[in-house]
Amino acid sequence: MSANISDPSFLRGMTQRRFGRRDALRLSGLAGLGAALAACGVQGKGTPGASAAPDAVEKFWAGKALTKHVDFANWPLYMDPKKPELKKFTAETGISVNYQEVIQEMGPWFAKVQPQLAAGQSIGYDLMVITNSFQFSQFRDSGFLAPLDHSKLPNYTKNAAPAYAKEAFDPGNVYSVPWASGMTGIAYDKKKVGRTLTKLADLWDPAFKGKVGMFSDTQELGNFGLMALGIDPAKSTIDDWKKAADHLKKQKSDGIVRNYYDQSYVDALGKGEVWITQAWSGDIFQKNLSDGTEFEFFVPEEGGTIWTDNFTIPITAKAPLDAITLIDYFYKVDISATLAEYINYVAPVPAAQEQIRKDAAKLSGDDKTAMLAIADSKLVFPTDAEYSKLHYYVSFDTAEEQQNYQKTFEPIVLG
Amino acid sequence: MDRVKRRLAPYLLILPGGLWLLLFFAVPMIAMLSLSLQQGDVVNGYRFTFHWQNYTEAIEAYNSQLIRSLIYGAIATVILIVLAFPVAYYIAFYGGKRKPTYLFLLLLPFFVSFVLRTISWRQILTDEGPVLGPLKDLGLLSDSYHILGTAPAVIGGLVYNFLPFMVLPIYVALERIDPRVVEAARDLYANPATSFRKVIFPLALPGVFAGVLMSFVPVSADYVNSEVLGSSSTTMIGQVIQAQYLVNSDYPTASALSFILMAVLLIGIFAYARALGTEDVMKVAAR
Repeated sequence: MSANISDPSFLRGMTQRRFGRRDALRLSGLAGLGAALAACGVQGKGTPGASAAPDAVEKFWAGKALTKHVDFANWPLYMDPKKPELKKFTAETGISVNYQEVIQEMGPWFAKVQPQLAAGQSIGYDLMVITNSFQFSQFRDSGFLAPLDHSKLPNYTKNAAPAYAKEAFDPGNVYSVPWASGMTGIAYDKKKVGRTLTKLADLWDPAFKGKVGMFSDTQELGNFGLMALGIDPAKSTIDDWKKAADHLKKQKSDGIVRNYYDQSYVDALGKGEVWITQAWSGDIFQKNLSDGTEFEFFVPEEGGTIWTDNFTIPITAKAPLDAITLIDYFYKVDISATLAEYINYVAPVPAAQEQIRKDAAKLSGDDKTAMLAIADSKLVFPTDAEYSKLHYYVSFDTAEEQQNYQKTFEPIVLG
Repeated sequence: MDRVKRRLAPYLLILPGGLWLLLFFAVPMIAMLSLSLQQGDVVNGYRFTFHWQNYTEAIEAYNSQLIRSLIYGAIATVILIVLAFPVAYYIAFYGGKRKPTYLFLLLLPFFVSFVLRTISWRQILTDEGPVLGPLKDLGLLSDSYHILGTAPAVIGGLVYNFLPFMVLPIYVALERIDPRVVEAARDLYANPATSFRKVIFPLALPGVFAGVLMSFVPVSADYVNSEVLGSSSTTMIGQVIQAQYLVNSDYPTASALSFILMAVLLIGIFAYARALGTEDVMKVAAR
């Protein structure tokens, strides 16, 4: 657009040329409308580049008391449906837990709770598990996350793997502590594919035309496009994004991609809609366990990504003290172990591995073998060799950069 | 006193509806218009700056989805007319005592949420579901054949969900036709085809018009059918708007797209009304 209409001089030029009584009236009406329009602005809460003020922790936690109830928002397939850990927690502390699997994707979750948080209202949850995607930064930079009081997290301090405190999205775990980590790799139905797959390039194989699933989350999708071209997402530039987007567009225009999925990819794989799909490590294990399917999961040779889902307390939480008590409970070695045994995602408590072996020793037969398999699973306790294949997400320095990224990859999903 | 009352009556009657419209239509529209001209990002807030580029950028980025929606809307509407007319004709002229039963059957699906009904189609049409599974096992279809995720699946879903909206107005128009008019046509030696073409169809047109209004607009703006039955190659504009609002928190683009869609649909409807002869249609429809 050559003429910028919002430019005041342009507007002045337009209005002066044909100024009459009727125009004046119309303009005054317009100005009134303009004022009315401007009054409808959307408030942001940005404090760019801000880290927590030194006294933020004391300020937030001063005067907070236990309410004996906590509302917990989490992702699906992230706990044994019988919720043994929460039952134990309630029995030991008297705090009841309302556990809801309401988070399916980061974008919609942020968009859903943003207006309430910006207005300073409760979102109905005191605890939410969010991924280290760019929405994590949006939550943090908007001031929506309560700074955690580490003195209330003794188990975390004692048992958490030290590496987590160094993660770039929240150094020092000021606003978050990990719930579980996982890998984004590839899952496939070996019976239908008919061979063993090991590569990212298999997602571009014309033999699987119309049977390939990709993620609709632009970060997950973009990461795989980048890695397929041998580019490390964390170090990628805007030119790399364009190349990756072209690579992904070709995959789509060749008819290879069946669809772009959120958490529903598990269902699509189960129904045979897709044979090979981008996948999160623990889901496939759980699906096989609960439905007796035999899907395979692997981290591709070219690389996969590692992400962390994190406990966070929304700034408007009504029961933050109950929430942080629950967070710390999940850092008890035995609790962390039973959770990992079920969800099969990377446990943030290294001692859980030994605990699972101990649990296995008490069992016999198939149960014992299965339990030992979890303790030795590279998906729950990745080895150094495994870690070396894993990349971090693209990180954005500015909101503009993030919007650019979004605009580069979104047209692929929204076709 | 009576005179004053009589003069005030129409305004008092219009007051509840008027207030309702002001509160729940006019106010949100102004808020959305404002949003569509704002600039910024969700963390730092959006500010009103007469940012008309939102409109040009939205058209540039999403014209293919917009055009696709209109094409799907048009195809679905034509199929709806073709399917609905015979049904309405039969019920109106041959329904007899069973008319209420037929109408009830037509409305029966509305007792279940349309999202649920659409999802159940997903279960039925899935790649290895009750329809395609056996055909594939028999080798009549290739393993990779699928219905879900294609344009016909989405258009089929749209037609399925909006059929009653087309049948009912056409039925009402046909029902009103005085049988003596049709008899007169026969008396004047019009054969059945001619009396249909020259008498019945023109009298049913207001019903078709109302049916088109009630289906083309929501069908073109629909996002559920494409979301549930479609894939990324069937994305409709409603899904784009939904994604901008509820995934990206990009309120300005979403609002701009909503206004663009509204404008395009209004132009389409007026052009259609003009082609049919607006005044006649409106007069008959208002009868």
